[in-house]
Amino acid sequence: MEEYIIRAEQLNKVFPLKKGQTVEALKSLDLTVKQGGLTAIIGPDGAGKTTFMRLVAGLMRPTGGRLTVLGLDSVQGAGEIQTRISYMPQKFGLYEDLTVQENMDLYADLHGVPAQTRPARFDKLLTMMGLERFTGRLAGKLSGGMKQKLGLACTLVRSPELLLLDEPTVGVDPLSRRELWEILKEFVRDENLTVLVNTAYMNEAALCGQVYVLHKGALLAHGTPDDLRAIAAGRCYSCTPPPGEPTRILQAHLIDDTDHVVDAVPKGGDVHFILQEGVASAPYLDAHGIAARPVASDLEDGFMVLLHRAETEILPPVEEGDDVLDKGGRPTDKVSITVRDLVKKFGDFTAVAHTSFEVHEGEVFGLLGPNGAGKTTTFKMLCGLLPATSGFLSVAGVDLHVARTQARANVGYVAQKFSLYGNLTVRDNLEFFAGIYGLPPKRRRERIGQVVREFFLEDRLDMRAGDLPGGYKQRLSMACALMHEPKILFLDEPTSGIDPLTRRNFWRQITSLAAKGTTIIITTHFMEEAEYCDRFMIQDNGRMLAIGAPSEIRRQLGREGADMDDIFMAIVEQARAKGEGPA
Amino acid sequence: MNGFLRRMKALIHKEFLQLSRDSSSLLLGIALPIALILIIGYGISLDIRNIPTAVVLEDASPKAQDVVSFVNGSAYFSPTYVTSFREAEAMLLNRDVRVIIDVPPDFTSKLATGEATLRVVLDGVEAATAMSTQGYIESAVSSWLLRQPGAGSGARIALESRMWYNDANSSTWFFLPGLIMIIVTIIGIMLTAIVMAREWERGTFESLFVTPVRPMELVLAKIVPYFCVALLGVFICLFLSRFLFEVPVVGSLAVLLGLTMIYLMVALGIGLVISTVTKSQFLACQSSMLVSFLPSVVLSGFVFDLRSTPVVVQIIGNVLPFSHYLTCLRSLFLSGTNAGLLLKQGGLLLLYGVFFIGAAFTMTRKKVE
Repeated sequence: MEEYIIRAEQLNKVFPLKKGQTVEALKSLDLTVKQGGLTAIIGPDGAGKTTFMRLVAGLMRPTGGRLTVLGLDSVQGAGEIQTRISYMPQKFGLYEDLTVQENMDLYADLHGVPAQTRPARFDKLLTMMGLERFTGRLAGKLSGGMKQKLGLACTLVRSPELLLLDEPTVGVDPLSRRELWEILKEFVRDENLTVLVNTAYMNEAALCGQVYVLHKGALLAHGTPDDLRAIAAGRCYSCTPPPGEPTRILQAHLIDDTDHVVDAVPKGGDVHFILQEGVASAPYLDAHGIAARPVASDLEDGFMVLLHRAETEILPPVEEGDDVLDKGGRPTDKVSITVRDLVKKFGDFTAVAHTSFEVHEGEVFGLLGPNGAGKTTTFKMLCGLLPATSGFLSVAGVDLHVARTQARANVGYVAQKFSLYGNLTVRDNLEFFAGIYGLPPKRRRERIGQVVREFFLEDRLDMRAGDLPGGYKQRLSMACALMHEPKILFLDEPTSGIDPLTRRNFWRQITSLAAKGTTIIITTHFMEEAEYCDRFMIQDNGRMLAIGAPSEIRRQLGREGADMDDIFMAIVEQARAKGEGPA
Repeated sequence: MNGFLRRMKALIHKEFLQLSRDSSSLLLGIALPIALILIIGYGISLDIRNIPTAVVLEDASPKAQDVVSFVNGSAYFSPTYVTSFREAEAMLLNRDVRVIIDVPPDFTSKLATGEATLRVVLDGVEAATAMSTQGYIESAVSSWLLRQPGAGSGARIALESRMWYNDANSSTWFFLPGLIMIIVTIIGIMLTAIVMAREWERGTFESLFVTPVRPMELVLAKIVPYFCVALLGVFICLFLSRFLFEVPVVGSLAVLLGLTMIYLMVALGIGLVISTVTKSQFLACQSSMLVSFLPSVVLSGFVFDLRSTPVVVQIIGNVLPFSHYLTCLRSLFLSGTNAGLLLKQGGLLLLYGVFFIGAAFTMTRKKVE
């Protein structure tokens, strides 16, 4: 019998692009998965994780190398492999117009689960997934977390010899994510299930026995989570920002010092950072008398060190000097946005329920929540893109009911999708936006020059916007949105689907913008990004669960130093205990 | 129960559940035929009013005047009497008139021997109108003949005739068979293309693929339910044409249904091929419109007689399956069961069906690249 469930040797996959170009999705990958237990593949978007999974499932043919699954060749044996394994694709693969029960019946029928064993198996699955009360509900009407669990239940209608999960938890709330992993671990224990899972969440990979780190199709490292943690061991520290200063300022100072610091992120109210190899301390901290405490390295630290080592083309850092950061504006008491009793209904579905909050001038304000929480809907109403069902909305002192156009002159908006003209050059796009904001010719030249410098677009001016690398696309989007110097900048999910390095760079720019006095409203489903915000609110199922500064919310919950996933879970559990939790 | 049957049952059950949940597919299958039949049945009419007509009386006898008297005080014609055919021809060329009715000098003398002729020249630019006009003239002349003393004793008037079977001179009769063809085409192609593309787009195929299911089963499971929906549409059409517009079915109803089923397989096959190629609902919808609706209306002989189109268009029209089914339908509705014609066209349709369904089977692979 074959020792390995999956065995990839020198596996290659090349995709043809237009004009005869090709892209290498996988480069000579060696990967093995043994019987029983959890194996994770981690890596930024575009690393080749999904491609590998589809190759394993026999849904694609490798370009080169060998891939055997359950001892069968992945091309010749595709039919038999597909019969014996289970696979949950990124979109869960559910029929939204079938009920929970009907979806499960369909997969049970297709897999030929005998009628005798079915009731017991379904009972077990439904109870574990917490879906037993919802068997008659259409899959399309389930929350993201429930869909994900139903997707998993459909793959487990019988015990597969191998379970493939492709990013099962993207955009799903932390509570559902934790529950899903509990369920997975239970199946691994009870049925000796073999699971291969793609994930972008480090805390999920940390639960697996083996972790493979992929980047741009190449394998960077593999080992147990402890092996990967060890990569950054002894170089991780934590420091506390001076009182009254936003965490992101200290974080920006540290991440700018690339000679001494590999990576810095705000975490639990402090700044967590990794020193470069052979460096004893960060000069900025020494100069300002801030103490750095050594901390244990986690999986993400190891991952960041690997990424930095592998990434040759790093976006130019933001260097406008410490002056802007230190002397720059701090949030004031002046109110920039007022929302009172905002409601949005689509038919009988309440997308946003009675929400009230204020955003102050110069603040970075975050709207957090899993997919479907109502973030984007709230956001679109703030930008005047969607009329509210009821409630009061004022942006930069202008009532949105009365003067939507006037309010828009004060805001810049960066949509979730890249919404510039891909076949125009960077320069053309900038000219176009300067034109539609109605800047006079002299002012237009000035502003284009300014945003080009600010976002480091000089060497890309004549490139077609559609050909820009992801990080530059986002910079261009922001440059265009800021062309008319709006007081408020709206960013809708700017960090979804971009790699961790680009994310760091993005937040660094936000820190600069905020320091220069722009009010920033941002939505994100990455809970930890709340740490960059002055204040944030958490939404779930259309309801506002909490609002405040990260430190305030921690204090209220009595969880000093806890990370944002824990905070979210504590808040949801609290809300459920009060009997108003999600149905 | 063996695996194949069990999986087919599960997939078809799923398909029917989705049909019952998503009213848009059923609407396409039921409301569309009704709407189209009402719009075209009542809305498009090639029935004519006040057609400018030149009457040439080369024979001035009372009988000759009487045979064309139907144009006087008729709502259909507004006549101008001229004396020479040359004059009438000039009027037709100037498009002052649309039709010439010419009574030749020997009309009365030949009437007795049953060899009389009437010349009718029609403005072929508007072919459909011309055909209707011709029908009116034909029936008016034959009813005149019946009123003559000694009618039925072999007396007859020869008329060049092309609207053979449209006895009521109603363009609705002429259009309804074509309408059924269009409805079957649209339902067959568009519905299957969209529902199949939806599975690709929503990623549901990706998880279905990683089960014991075989590609052929996926295709079959799409064919069965939409075959039923389209057949339902056909029944609605037949019912409405029989009871609302009183179009008879002269030929055999069984043969008509049989041919329709064969043609449905052609349409479903085309739809499946489109969705397998496009894999997106939007593209599938666009291309099936392009492939089904337009050619089935324009290139099938539904409105414009294919024989009166340029050779290139005729060739395209004959290569596409639409005109072959339409020929069968018209024949069955209006003229009767013409075994030779139906066998030939039916055989052709069967070949088309085998080709497209076969293509759908071979093109559907359990792969996502």
